[in-house]
Amino acid sequence: MNVTTRTDVEALTLTTTAELSATLERSWQLVSDPRQLERWWGPPEWPATFVTYEFEVGGRAHYFMQGPDGEKMHGWWRFTSIVEPREVAIEDGFADEHGEPAGDLGVTTARLMFEPIDSGTRLTILSGFESAEQLEEMQKMGMEEGMRLALSQIQAILDGIAAKPR
Amino acid sequence: MVVDEVVDADVDAMFRALADSTRRDIVTRVMNDGISVSRLASSYDMSFAAVQKHVAVLQAAGLVSKHRSGREQIVRGDMASIHRIQDLLSHFEDVWRKRALRIGDVLNDDKRENR
Repeated sequence: MNVTTRTDVEALTLTTTAELSATLERSWQLVSDPRQLERWWGPPEWPATFVTYEFEVGGRAHYFMQGPDGEKMHGWWRFTSIVEPREVAIEDGFADEHGEPAGDLGVTTARLMFEPIDSGTRLTILSGFESAEQLEEMQKMGMEEGMRLALSQIQAILDGIAAKPR
Repeated sequence: MVVDEVVDADVDAMFRALADSTRRDIVTRVMNDGISVSRLASSYDMSFAAVQKHVAVLQAAGLVSKHRSGREQIVRGDMASIHRIQDLLSHFEDVWRKRALRIGDVLNDDKRENR
């Protein structure tokens, strides 16, 4: 699979583009079905579980990611836009164990756009941050997770490359 | 570690300093080699004072350092700071790249199931 990323320091956004070898309808399930979403939102060592999922504009979701020592990191989403099967936009923040917004890290945003192409579907993800401080704080939180993951991810990436249709 | 010397508050100043195309251009140009303020000024369609002001903003944000060499003021990029910024953004690039790769895995599993 071809994945490209682009960062915009000025706007504090990241753009990730992936060309999926699946139809638009199939690709849409990756976000409309929380069971599908759980398979890719969290890293293998911090798998995500969505406890609630109100897939409608203004609807909320509560999820947690569970680490190797059993620790849980809770998060919430709010759907700000849903245009089936083309676009989903969410706000994502840290939550307490009941899924209520918690902490002072603020909100990050993600807009996932799906478009049909000859080989399947192009997925473009635009993710945004509030400030550089937020970016810094979030990176610190993700650092330990990242270190633990490095090795298993390398394998997953290699498997992904091996599984790529030729 | 060198990056630890860059405290949190500085990061915002760095991003604000880089939110200007001329300043980003200056940083890019002085990354490998020091360049004098007057030589920098000659490559932009703005006054010497304006370029000097841009350099001062970058200096305050810790992205460049300035030192005197004879009658010239030489501007040089501070690589530790520049790497810090790249590091921050690349961490999140990595998070999303891995999510995209896992999406690929989910779709590949479909194919395996259909076999």
